[in-house]
Amino acid sequence: MQLFVNGKEVVLSGIQTVQDLLAHYHLQQKIVVVEKNKEIVERILFDTTGLSDGDRIEIVHFVGGG
Amino acid sequence: MGDHWKIGNVEFRSRLLLGTGKFADLDVQSQAVAASETEILTFAVRRLDLDRPQAENFLDRLDLQRFTLLPNTAGAYSAEEAVRIARLARATGLCDMIKVEVIGDPRTLLPDPIQTLEASRQLVEEGFIVLAYTSDDPILAKRLQEVGVHAVMPGASPIGSGQGILNEHYLRFIIEEAQVPVIIDAGIGSPADAARAMELGADGVLLNTAVALAEDPVKMAEAMKWAVLAGRQGYLAGRIPKKRYASASSPTEGMIE
Repeated sequence: MQLFVNGKEVVLSGIQTVQDLLAHYHLQQKIVVVEKNKEIVERILFDTTGLSDGDRIEIVHFVGGG
Repeated sequence: MGDHWKIGNVEFRSRLLLGTGKFADLDVQSQAVAASETEILTFAVRRLDLDRPQAENFLDRLDLQRFTLLPNTAGAYSAEEAVRIARLARATGLCDMIKVEVIGDPRTLLPDPIQTLEASRQLVEEGFIVLAYTSDDPILAKRLQEVGVHAVMPGASPIGSGQGILNEHYLRFIIEEAQVPVIIDAGIGSPADAARAMELGADGVLLNTAVALAEDPVKMAEAMKWAVLAGRQGYLAGRIPKKRYASASSPTEGMIE
């Protein structure tokens, strides 16, 4: 499957859901927020939200800032 | 001590808010946070670095029960972008406070008044507790309160400039007229600046660079803690007026001859 994740094109296999994508990056325990095609995916729906070819995903978190 | 204050319906004791950016490393950052005795921390919302997805995050070091997290909308140049960032921050489930920061120019980092007002209006409607970073324009501060912000945060001087307070007069106008807490945010450089802000009657001070880029950030964080306490106590104590002529401190009678 071809996805755009944080602005980069990636080709991944075996990924069906947002949860799968986060597991691929070992992010299951991290505090992150996911946007799929500009819509926020609720945390409780990570494992039921499917991904399709061409989806644009943003995975964001909190960083130091003023 | 009893000098508590509220933002929205949340009560605080410390009047020093601390930004978490620009620290050399996570150790210094967490020590400075502890030394400041702050209860409110700001931070930004950014893409995770997918080349280092498991890198330690500063949140991992914090006892989240002890702090109120105040994400900012830094990076937004439009109300739409600010609203998008705010919603992302809230989606963590960790916070419903937001610092609205919509910048109008990348060199001065001065807030865009129109986009700030629009973002604030929308986010208040969406149920956020909104703290609006603004300029020292008293009329804009009034308009922000009219759209329902829970705190106004006028800048002392440009972000990270360390210039201290450029316009005390306008800040005092804002403080006098405010119906919500006024937190002076941006441009603080030294403890004297922070104390001065509190002596003007501000409810709180938010600073970041002044601590993070000090030669000894942990020492400076502690200094800022004392400065905010001293300035606040001085304000509550009621200073003497300034006089043109002297008034002796020692008695004029009973002098030996």
